[in-house]
Amino acid sequence: MSNVPDTLRYRDSHEWIDPTQSPSPVGITDHAQAELTDVVFVDPPKVGTQVIAGQQVCVIESVKAASDIYAPVAGEIVAVNEALSGDPGLINREPYAGGWIFKIKPANAAEFDALLTAEAYSKHIG
Amino acid sequence: MGARMVPFAGWDMPVQYTGIVDEHKAVRQSVGVFDISHMGQFIVSGSGAEAFLNRVLTNNISKLQPGQGQYTLLLNAQGGVIDDLIAYRTSEREFYLVVNASRIDADWEQLESQLTQDDDVLMANASDFTAGLAVQGPKAREVAAAVFGSADSFPEHNTILVTMSENGPMWLCGTGYTGEEGFEFFMPAETAEAWFRKIVEAVKAAGGMPCGLGARDTLRLEMGYPLNGNDLSEQRTPLQAGLGFFVDLDKGDFTGREALVVQKAAGLPDKLAAFRMTGAAPPPRPHYPVVFGGQVIGEVCSGTQSPSLSAGIGMAYVPLEAAALGSTLEIEIRGRRFPAEVVKKPFYRRPAAP
Repeated sequence: MSNVPDTLRYRDSHEWIDPTQSPSPVGITDHAQAELTDVVFVDPPKVGTQVIAGQQVCVIESVKAASDIYAPVAGEIVAVNEALSGDPGLINREPYAGGWIFKIKPANAAEFDALLTAEAYSKHIG
Repeated sequence: MGARMVPFAGWDMPVQYTGIVDEHKAVRQSVGVFDISHMGQFIVSGSGAEAFLNRVLTNNISKLQPGQGQYTLLLNAQGGVIDDLIAYRTSEREFYLVVNASRIDADWEQLESQLTQDDDVLMANASDFTAGLAVQGPKAREVAAAVFGSADSFPEHNTILVTMSENGPMWLCGTGYTGEEGFEFFMPAETAEAWFRKIVEAVKAAGGMPCGLGARDTLRLEMGYPLNGNDLSEQRTPLQAGLGFFVDLDKGDFTGREALVVQKAAGLPDKLAAFRMTGAAPPPRPHYPVVFGGQVIGEVCSGTQSPSLSAGIGMAYVPLEAAALGSTLEIEIRGRRFPAEVVKKPFYRRPAAP
Protein backbone atom coordinates (compact mmCIF):
# COMPACT_ATOMS: atom_id res chain seq x y z
CA MET A 1 0.00 0.00 0.00
CA SER A 2 1.32 3.41 -0.82
CA ASN A 3 1.75 6.09 1.78
CA VAL A 4 -0.86 8.93 1.80
CA PRO A 5 -0.16 11.34 4.71
CA ASP A 6 -3.27 12.79 6.40
CA THR A 7 -1.90 16.32 6.70
CA LEU A 8 -1.57 16.87 2.94
CA ARG A 9 -4.08 17.71 0.20
CA TYR A 10 -4.07 16.05 -3.24
CA ARG A 11 -5.01 16.43 -6.88
CA ASP A 12 -6.40 13.48 -8.82
CA SER A 13 -3.35 13.92 -11.12
CA HIS A 14 -1.20 12.78 -8.15
CA GLU A 15 0.34 16.03 -6.88
CA TRP A 16 0.35 16.75 -3.15
CA ILE A 17 0.53 20.12 -1.41
CA ASP A 18 1.12 20.91 2.24
CA PRO A 19 -1.47 23.48 3.38
CA THR A 20 0.07 23.72 6.85
CA GLN A 21 3.17 25.45 5.50
CA SER A 22 3.43 28.82 3.81
CA PRO A 23 4.73 28.89 1.17
CA SER A 24 3.40 25.40 0.49
CA PRO A 25 5.64 22.68 -0.91
CA VAL A 26 4.29 20.61 -3.80
CA GLY A 27 5.41 17.16 -4.94
CA ILE A 28 4.10 13.93 -6.38
CA THR A 29 2.61 11.18 -4.29
CA ASP A 30 4.20 7.92 -3.26
CA HIS A 31 1.72 6.16 -5.54
CA ALA A 32 2.77 8.34 -8.50
CA GLN A 33 6.49 7.83 -7.95
CA ALA A 34 5.94 4.07 -7.75
CA GLU A 35 4.01 4.13 -11.02
CA LEU A 36 6.63 6.24 -12.79
CA THR A 37 9.67 4.56 -11.25
CA ASP A 38 13.17 5.95 -11.69
CA VAL A 39 12.77 9.70 -12.06
CA VAL A 40 15.81 10.84 -14.06
CA PHE A 41 15.19 14.52 -14.76
CA VAL A 42 13.13 17.40 -13.43
CA ASP A 43 12.42 20.38 -15.64
CA PRO A 44 11.67 22.92 -12.88
CA PRO A 45 9.31 25.91 -13.13
CA LYS A 46 10.68 29.47 -13.02
CA VAL A 47 10.63 31.15 -9.64
CA GLY A 48 8.30 34.15 -9.79
CA THR A 49 5.83 32.54 -12.18
CA GLN A 50 2.16 33.21 -11.41
CA VAL A 51 0.03 30.15 -11.93
CA ILE A 52 -3.63 29.23 -11.67
CA ALA A 53 -4.97 26.03 -10.14
CA GLY A 54 -4.66 23.17 -12.61
CA GLN A 55 -2.05 24.91 -14.75
CA GLN A 56 0.79 22.74 -16.06
CA VAL A 57 3.91 24.11 -14.38
CA CYS A 58 6.72 21.65 -14.99
CA VAL A 59 7.69 18.22 -16.28
CA ILE A 60 9.35 15.30 -14.56
CA GLU A 61 10.91 12.55 -16.62
CA SER A 62 11.32 8.91 -15.73
CA VAL A 63 13.01 6.35 -17.96
CA LYS A 64 9.53 5.38 -19.07
CA ALA A 65 7.83 8.70 -19.83
CA ALA A 66 7.59 12.45 -19.38
CA SER A 67 4.85 13.55 -16.97
CA ASP A 68 3.29 16.99 -16.58
CA ILE A 69 2.98 18.42 -13.08
CA TYR A 70 0.02 20.72 -12.37
CA ALA A 71 -0.36 23.49 -9.79
CA PRO A 72 -2.78 22.35 -7.07
CA VAL A 73 -3.74 25.96 -6.24
CA ALA A 74 -3.27 29.43 -7.73
CA GLY A 75 -0.35 31.52 -6.58
CA GLU A 76 3.26 32.41 -7.16
CA ILE A 77 6.08 29.89 -7.49
CA VAL A 78 8.53 31.14 -4.88
CA ALA A 79 11.09 28.33 -4.74
CA VAL A 80 12.21 25.23 -6.61
CA ASN A 81 14.02 22.27 -5.12
CA GLU A 82 17.60 22.73 -6.38
CA ALA A 83 18.63 19.34 -4.97
CA LEU A 84 16.59 17.57 -7.64
CA SER A 85 18.87 18.72 -10.46
CA GLY A 86 21.70 16.62 -9.05
CA ASP A 87 19.56 13.88 -7.53
CA PRO A 88 16.15 13.51 -9.20
CA GLY A 89 15.84 10.08 -7.52
CA LEU A 90 14.91 11.97 -4.32
CA ILE A 91 11.38 12.02 -5.75
CA ASN A 92 11.35 8.21 -5.63
CA ARG A 93 13.09 7.86 -2.29
CA GLU A 94 11.39 10.67 -0.34
CA PRO A 95 8.28 11.76 -2.24
CA TYR A 96 6.89 13.75 0.73
CA ALA A 97 10.17 15.12 2.12
CA GLY A 98 13.38 15.72 0.15
CA GLY A 99 11.51 15.09 -3.08
CA TRP A 100 9.34 18.22 -3.01
CA ILE A 101 9.45 19.93 -6.40
CA PHE A 102 8.47 23.59 -5.89
CA LYS A 103 6.90 25.89 -3.30
CA ILE A 104 3.89 28.01 -4.04
CA LYS A 105 2.56 31.09 -2.20
CA PRO A 106 -1.19 30.50 -2.43
CA ALA A 107 -3.29 33.40 -3.72
CA ASN A 108 -6.38 32.13 -1.95
CA ALA A 109 -6.16 29.66 0.94
CA ALA A 110 -9.80 28.67 0.34
CA GLU A 111 -8.62 26.76 -2.75
CA PHE A 112 -7.14 24.06 -0.49
CA ASP A 113 -10.69 22.98 0.33
CA ALA A 114 -11.32 22.11 -3.31
CA LEU A 115 -8.49 19.54 -3.23
CA LEU A 116 -8.79 15.89 -2.24
CA THR A 117 -8.30 14.84 1.34
CA ALA A 118 -6.01 11.90 2.10
CA GLU A 119 -9.07 9.70 2.40
CA ALA A 120 -10.51 10.81 -0.96
CA TYR A 121 -7.17 10.45 -2.70
CA SER A 122 -6.68 6.97 -1.23
CA LYS A 123 -10.05 6.02 -2.70
CA HIS A 124 -9.07 7.55 -6.03
CA ILE A 125 -5.97 5.34 -6.32
CA GLY A 126 -7.56 2.37 -4.57
CA MET B 1 3.35 -11.12 -11.68
CA GLY B 2 2.14 -7.56 -11.20
CA ALA B 3 3.02 -6.56 -14.73
CA ARG B 4 1.84 -3.41 -16.44
CA MET B 5 0.49 -4.36 -19.84
CA VAL B 6 0.61 -2.36 -23.06
CA PRO B 7 -0.60 -3.28 -26.52
CA PHE B 8 2.33 -4.13 -28.80
CA ALA B 9 2.01 -5.45 -32.35
CA GLY B 10 -1.33 -7.05 -31.53
CA TRP B 11 -0.20 -8.63 -28.24
CA ASP B 12 -0.74 -7.49 -24.70
CA MET B 13 2.80 -7.16 -23.49
CA PRO B 14 4.28 -6.40 -20.11
CA VAL B 15 6.10 -3.05 -20.26
CA GLN B 16 7.52 -3.61 -16.81
CA TYR B 17 7.22 -5.88 -13.79
CA THR B 18 9.22 -4.16 -11.06
CA GLY B 19 10.67 -1.12 -12.82
CA ILE B 20 12.69 -0.53 -15.95
CA VAL B 21 15.95 0.34 -14.20
CA ASP B 22 15.84 -2.61 -11.77
CA GLU B 23 15.06 -5.01 -14.60
CA HIS B 24 17.76 -3.47 -16.80
CA LYS B 25 20.35 -3.87 -14.05
CA ALA B 26 19.27 -7.44 -13.39
CA VAL B 27 20.12 -8.33 -16.99
CA ARG B 28 23.47 -6.52 -16.88
CA GLN B 29 24.44 -7.98 -13.50
CA SER B 30 22.70 -11.35 -13.15
CA VAL B 31 19.86 -12.52 -15.40
CA GLY B 32 16.43 -11.53 -16.70
CA VAL B 33 13.69 -13.33 -18.61
CA PHE B 34 11.54 -11.73 -21.30
CA ASP B 35 8.36 -13.00 -22.88
CA ILE B 36 9.06 -12.85 -26.62
CA SER B 37 6.05 -14.87 -27.78
CA HIS B 38 5.06 -12.04 -30.09
CA MET B 39 8.03 -12.69 -32.39
CA GLY B 40 7.47 -14.55 -35.65
CA GLN B 41 8.99 -17.83 -36.86
CA PHE B 42 9.12 -19.12 -40.41
CA ILE B 43 10.46 -22.48 -41.50
CA VAL B 44 11.84 -22.44 -45.04
CA SER B 45 12.82 -25.86 -46.37
CA GLY B 46 13.46 -27.76 -49.56
CA SER B 47 16.37 -28.34 -51.91
CA GLY B 48 15.93 -24.77 -53.19
CA ALA B 49 15.75 -23.10 -49.75
CA GLU B 50 19.39 -21.97 -49.62
CA ALA B 51 19.34 -20.42 -53.10
CA PHE B 52 15.94 -18.82 -52.46
CA LEU B 53 17.00 -17.21 -49.17
CA ASN B 54 20.21 -15.94 -50.76
CA ARG B 55 18.05 -14.31 -53.42
CA VAL B 56 15.84 -12.47 -50.89
CA LEU B 57 18.08 -11.81 -47.86
CA THR B 58 21.18 -9.57 -47.68
CA ASN B 59 23.65 -11.78 -45.79
CA ASN B 60 25.28 -14.83 -47.38
CA ILE B 61 23.31 -17.77 -46.06
CA SER B 62 25.67 -20.27 -47.73
CA LYS B 63 28.20 -19.40 -45.02
CA LEU B 64 26.03 -21.14 -42.44
CA GLN B 65 26.72 -24.71 -41.40
CA PRO B 66 23.79 -26.63 -39.92
CA GLY B 67 23.33 -25.33 -36.38
CA GLN B 68 24.58 -21.82 -37.17
CA GLY B 69 22.69 -18.55 -37.51
CA GLN B 70 23.25 -15.01 -38.76
CA TYR B 71 21.71 -11.57 -38.59
CA THR B 72 20.33 -10.61 -41.98
CA LEU B 73 17.89 -8.24 -43.68
CA LEU B 74 14.89 -8.53 -45.95
CA LEU B 75 14.73 -5.62 -48.42
CA ASN B 76 12.31 -4.26 -50.94
CA ALA B 77 13.40 -3.63 -54.55
CA GLN B 78 14.44 -0.06 -53.62
CA GLY B 79 16.81 -1.41 -50.99
CA GLY B 80 14.57 -0.30 -48.11
CA VAL B 81 14.42 -2.48 -45.02
CA ILE B 82 11.26 -4.54 -44.67
CA ASP B 83 12.67 -6.40 -41.68
CA ASP B 84 15.80 -7.42 -39.84
CA LEU B 85 15.84 -11.02 -38.69
CA ILE B 86 17.94 -13.96 -37.61
CA ALA B 87 18.23 -16.88 -40.02
CA TYR B 88 19.36 -20.25 -38.63
CA ARG B 89 20.34 -23.23 -40.70
CA THR B 90 18.73 -26.19 -38.95
CA SER B 91 19.82 -28.72 -41.58
CA GLU B 92 21.36 -28.79 -45.05
CA ARG B 93 18.04 -27.80 -46.59
CA GLU B 94 16.03 -26.30 -43.75
CA PHE B 95 16.13 -22.80 -42.24
CA TYR B 96 14.44 -21.28 -39.19
CA LEU B 97 13.80 -17.53 -39.45
CA VAL B 98 12.98 -15.40 -36.41
CA VAL B 99 11.31 -12.14 -37.46
CA ASN B 100 9.82 -9.07 -35.80
CA ALA B 101 6.25 -9.25 -34.52
CA SER B 102 5.10 -6.13 -36.33
CA ARG B 103 6.46 -7.40 -39.66
CA ILE B 104 5.23 -10.99 -39.76
CA ASP B 105 2.62 -10.32 -42.46
CA ALA B 106 4.83 -7.99 -44.50
CA ASP B 107 7.73 -10.47 -44.36
CA TRP B 108 5.56 -13.40 -45.35
CA GLU B 109 4.10 -11.45 -48.26
CA GLN B 110 7.52 -10.40 -49.50
CA LEU B 111 8.96 -13.92 -49.27
CA GLU B 112 5.96 -15.45 -51.03
CA SER B 113 6.03 -12.87 -53.79
CA GLN B 114 9.64 -13.77 -54.58
CA LEU B 115 8.95 -17.47 -54.83
CA THR B 116 8.68 -18.90 -58.35
CA GLN B 117 7.23 -22.15 -59.68
CA ASP B 118 10.75 -23.44 -60.26
CA ASP B 119 11.79 -23.11 -56.63
CA ASP B 120 11.70 -26.34 -54.67
CA VAL B 121 10.85 -24.50 -51.46
CA LEU B 122 8.30 -25.11 -48.73
CA MET B 123 7.45 -22.21 -46.42
CA ALA B 124 5.65 -22.56 -43.10
CA ASN B 125 4.57 -19.74 -40.82
CA ALA B 126 4.79 -21.05 -37.25
CA SER B 127 4.29 -17.64 -35.61
CA ASP B 128 0.76 -18.14 -34.31
CA PHE B 129 1.50 -21.36 -32.50
CA THR B 130 4.98 -20.57 -31.23
CA ALA B 131 5.72 -18.96 -27.87
CA GLY B 132 9.10 -17.73 -26.77
CA LEU B 133 11.24 -16.66 -23.84
CA ALA B 134 14.55 -14.81 -23.87
CA VAL B 135 16.89 -15.49 -20.95
CA GLN B 136 19.63 -12.86 -20.89
CA GLY B 137 22.47 -11.98 -18.58
CA PRO B 138 25.74 -13.29 -17.13
CA LYS B 139 23.82 -16.01 -15.27
CA ALA B 140 21.82 -17.22 -18.30
CA ARG B 141 24.04 -20.29 -18.52
CA GLU B 142 23.25 -21.14 -14.91
CA VAL B 143 19.52 -20.87 -15.67
CA ALA B 144 19.86 -23.15 -18.70
CA ALA B 145 21.66 -25.76 -16.61
CA ALA B 146 18.98 -25.57 -13.90
CA VAL B 147 16.08 -25.85 -16.33
CA PHE B 148 17.43 -28.32 -18.86
CA GLY B 149 19.58 -30.30 -16.44
CA SER B 150 22.69 -29.96 -18.54
CA ALA B 151 25.07 -27.11 -19.24
CA ASP B 152 25.74 -28.68 -22.64
CA SER B 153 22.31 -27.66 -23.83
CA PHE B 154 23.31 -24.00 -23.76
CA PRO B 155 23.36 -22.72 -27.34
CA GLU B 156 26.59 -20.81 -28.00
CA HIS B 157 26.41 -17.41 -29.66
CA ASN B 158 24.65 -17.50 -33.06
CA THR B 159 23.90 -21.21 -32.92
CA ILE B 160 20.67 -23.17 -32.69
CA LEU B 161 19.76 -26.44 -31.03
CA VAL B 162 16.52 -28.17 -31.97
CA THR B 163 15.54 -30.75 -29.43
CA MET B 164 12.62 -32.48 -27.75
CA SER B 165 11.24 -32.59 -24.25
CA GLU B 166 8.23 -34.10 -22.51
CA ASN B 167 6.50 -30.82 -23.50
CA GLY B 168 7.27 -31.21 -27.19
CA PRO B 169 9.89 -29.72 -29.50
CA MET B 170 12.04 -26.75 -28.55
CA TRP B 171 14.28 -24.40 -30.46
CA LEU B 172 17.17 -23.02 -28.38
CA CYS B 173 18.87 -20.06 -30.03
CA GLY B 174 22.09 -18.42 -28.91
CA THR B 175 20.90 -14.89 -29.53
CA GLY B 176 19.46 -11.95 -27.72
CA TYR B 177 18.82 -8.28 -27.92
CA THR B 178 20.66 -7.08 -24.86
CA GLY B 179 24.41 -7.45 -25.48
CA GLU B 180 24.63 -10.03 -22.70
CA GLU B 181 25.19 -13.73 -22.96
CA GLY B 182 21.90 -15.56 -23.23
CA PHE B 183 19.48 -17.60 -25.24
CA GLU B 184 16.10 -17.32 -26.87
CA PHE B 185 13.89 -20.31 -26.41
CA PHE B 186 10.92 -21.04 -28.70
CA MET B 187 8.32 -23.73 -28.05
CA PRO B 188 4.77 -24.69 -29.09
CA ALA B 189 2.37 -22.20 -27.51
CA GLU B 190 0.42 -24.87 -25.60
CA THR B 191 3.57 -25.89 -23.72
CA ALA B 192 4.57 -22.33 -22.89
CA GLU B 193 2.97 -21.94 -19.48
CA ALA B 194 4.82 -24.86 -17.95
CA TRP B 195 8.13 -23.60 -19.32
CA PHE B 196 7.43 -20.01 -18.29
CA ARG B 197 6.90 -21.04 -14.67
CA LYS B 198 9.96 -23.23 -14.63
CA ILE B 199 12.22 -20.62 -16.17
CA VAL B 200 10.94 -17.71 -14.09
CA GLU B 201 11.59 -19.82 -10.99
CA ALA B 202 15.13 -20.62 -12.13
CA VAL B 203 15.78 -16.98 -13.03
CA LYS B 204 14.61 -15.84 -9.59
CA ALA B 205 16.74 -18.52 -7.92
CA ALA B 206 19.75 -17.14 -9.79
CA GLY B 207 19.01 -13.66 -8.42
CA GLY B 208 17.27 -12.34 -11.53
CA MET B 209 13.74 -11.28 -12.41
CA PRO B 210 11.13 -11.19 -15.18
CA CYS B 211 11.62 -8.18 -17.43
CA GLY B 212 9.30 -6.21 -19.68
CA LEU B 213 9.49 -4.36 -22.97
CA GLY B 214 10.75 -1.19 -21.26
CA ALA B 215 14.00 -2.82 -20.15
CA ARG B 216 14.29 -4.65 -23.46
CA ASP B 217 14.33 -1.26 -25.16
CA THR B 218 16.92 0.36 -22.86
CA LEU B 219 19.16 -2.73 -23.07
CA ARG B 220 19.11 -2.97 -26.86
CA LEU B 221 19.61 0.76 -27.27
CA GLU B 222 22.69 0.76 -25.01
CA MET B 223 24.13 -1.71 -27.53
CA GLY B 224 23.07 0.45 -30.48
CA TYR B 225 20.90 -2.36 -31.86
CA PRO B 226 18.25 -0.98 -34.20
CA LEU B 227 14.53 -1.48 -33.61
CA ASN B 228 12.50 -1.94 -36.76
CA GLY B 229 9.89 0.79 -36.98
CA ASN B 230 12.09 3.22 -35.01
CA ASP B 231 15.50 2.93 -36.62
CA LEU B 232 14.77 0.83 -39.71
CA SER B 233 12.18 1.54 -42.37
CA GLU B 234 11.31 0.73 -45.94
CA GLN B 235 12.47 4.23 -46.87
CA ARG B 236 16.08 3.67 -45.82
CA THR B 237 18.71 1.10 -46.74
CA PRO B 238 20.85 -1.02 -44.41
CA LEU B 239 23.85 1.03 -45.58
CA GLN B 240 22.25 4.17 -44.15
CA ALA B 241 21.44 2.23 -40.97
CA GLY B 242 25.11 1.25 -40.59
CA LEU B 243 24.37 -2.44 -41.19
CA GLY B 244 26.63 -2.89 -44.25
CA PHE B 245 28.44 -5.69 -42.42
CA PHE B 246 25.34 -7.86 -42.85
CA VAL B 247 25.01 -7.14 -46.57
CA ASP B 248 27.04 -9.29 -48.97
CA LEU B 249 27.10 -7.46 -52.29
CA ASP B 250 29.43 -10.10 -53.77
CA LYS B 251 27.33 -13.22 -53.21
CA GLY B 252 25.20 -12.80 -56.36
CA ASP B 253 21.97 -10.96 -56.97
CA PHE B 254 19.37 -10.41 -54.26
CA THR B 255 16.33 -8.20 -53.91
CA GLY B 256 17.45 -4.61 -53.34
CA ARG B 257 21.08 -5.24 -54.32
CA GLU B 258 21.03 -3.00 -57.39
CA ALA B 259 19.68 -0.08 -55.34
CA LEU B 260 22.42 -0.59 -52.75
CA VAL B 261 25.16 -0.65 -55.39
CA VAL B 262 23.83 2.59 -56.89
CA GLN B 263 23.54 4.21 -53.47
CA LYS B 264 27.04 3.14 -52.49
CA ALA B 265 28.49 4.64 -55.68
CA ALA B 266 26.53 7.88 -55.30
CA GLY B 267 27.25 8.26 -51.58
CA LEU B 268 24.81 7.99 -48.71
CA PRO B 269 22.36 10.88 -48.25
CA ASP B 270 22.32 10.34 -44.48
CA LYS B 271 23.36 7.90 -41.83
CA LEU B 272 22.08 6.58 -38.52
CA ALA B 273 24.23 8.32 -35.93
CA ALA B 274 24.49 7.42 -32.26
CA PHE B 275 24.48 10.37 -29.87
CA ARG B 276 24.88 10.91 -26.17
CA MET B 277 23.59 13.94 -24.26
CA THR B 278 26.59 15.88 -22.95
CA GLY B 279 25.07 17.59 -19.92
CA ALA B 280 22.07 17.37 -17.64
CA ALA B 281 19.12 17.00 -19.98
CA PRO B 282 15.76 15.32 -20.17
CA PRO B 283 15.96 11.91 -21.85
CA PRO B 284 15.82 12.18 -25.64
CA ARG B 285 12.73 10.43 -26.96
CA PRO B 286 11.55 9.34 -30.43
CA HIS B 287 10.47 12.16 -32.78
CA TYR B 288 12.24 14.97 -30.90
CA PRO B 289 13.84 17.33 -33.47
CA VAL B 290 17.59 16.98 -34.05
CA VAL B 291 19.51 20.21 -34.70
CA PHE B 292 22.91 20.64 -36.38
CA GLY B 293 24.51 24.03 -37.04
CA GLY B 294 21.35 25.74 -35.86
CA GLN B 295 19.11 23.91 -38.35
CA VAL B 296 16.64 21.11 -37.65
CA ILE B 297 18.03 18.23 -39.73
CA GLY B 298 16.01 15.26 -38.56
CA GLU B 299 14.38 13.60 -35.61
CA VAL B 300 15.28 11.12 -32.92
CA CYS B 301 14.51 7.53 -34.00
CA SER B 302 15.27 5.78 -30.71
CA GLY B 303 16.12 7.56 -27.49
CA THR B 304 16.10 6.92 -23.79
CA GLN B 305 17.91 7.47 -20.53
CA SER B 306 20.67 4.83 -20.35
CA PRO B 307 20.44 3.14 -16.94
CA SER B 308 24.06 1.93 -17.22
CA LEU B 309 25.52 5.30 -18.19
CA SER B 310 23.00 7.55 -16.39
CA ALA B 311 22.89 9.71 -19.51
CA GLY B 312 20.53 10.29 -22.38
CA ILE B 313 21.36 8.26 -25.49
CA GLY B 314 19.75 7.93 -28.88
CA MET B 315 20.04 7.41 -32.61
CA ALA B 316 18.98 9.62 -35.50
CA TYR B 317 19.44 9.81 -39.27
CA VAL B 318 21.59 12.86 -39.99
CA PRO B 319 23.57 14.11 -43.02
CA LEU B 320 27.10 12.71 -43.19
CA GLU B 321 28.80 15.92 -42.07
CA ALA B 322 26.76 15.80 -38.87
CA ALA B 323 27.36 12.07 -38.36
CA ALA B 324 31.13 12.30 -37.81
CA LEU B 325 32.29 11.03 -34.41
CA GLY B 326 32.56 13.91 -31.98
CA SER B 327 30.30 16.24 -33.92
CA THR B 328 27.89 18.31 -31.85
CA LEU B 329 24.14 17.95 -32.26
CA GLU B 330 21.34 19.48 -30.28
CA ILE B 331 18.15 17.73 -29.32
CA GLU B 332 15.08 19.94 -29.06
CA ILE B 333 13.00 19.02 -26.03
CA ARG B 334 9.84 21.01 -25.31
CA GLY B 335 11.22 23.98 -27.24
CA ARG B 336 14.66 23.99 -25.60
CA ARG B 337 17.84 22.71 -27.20
CA PHE B 338 20.19 20.42 -25.28
CA PRO B 339 23.68 19.51 -26.57
CA ALA B 340 24.61 15.98 -27.60
CA GLU B 341 27.73 14.43 -29.08
CA VAL B 342 27.96 11.85 -31.85
CA VAL B 343 29.60 8.76 -30.34
CA LYS B 344 30.66 5.29 -31.35
CA LYS B 345 28.38 2.29 -30.89
CA PRO B 346 27.84 0.43 -28.66
CA PHE B 347 27.07 3.06 -26.03
CA TYR B 348 27.73 0.50 -23.33
CA ARG B 349 30.47 -2.11 -23.14
CA ARG B 350 30.44 -4.98 -20.71
CA PRO B 351 33.19 -4.42 -18.13
CA ALA B 352 36.15 -6.78 -18.64
CA ALA B 353 36.09 -9.76 -16.30
CA PRO B 354 38.16 -9.00 -13.19
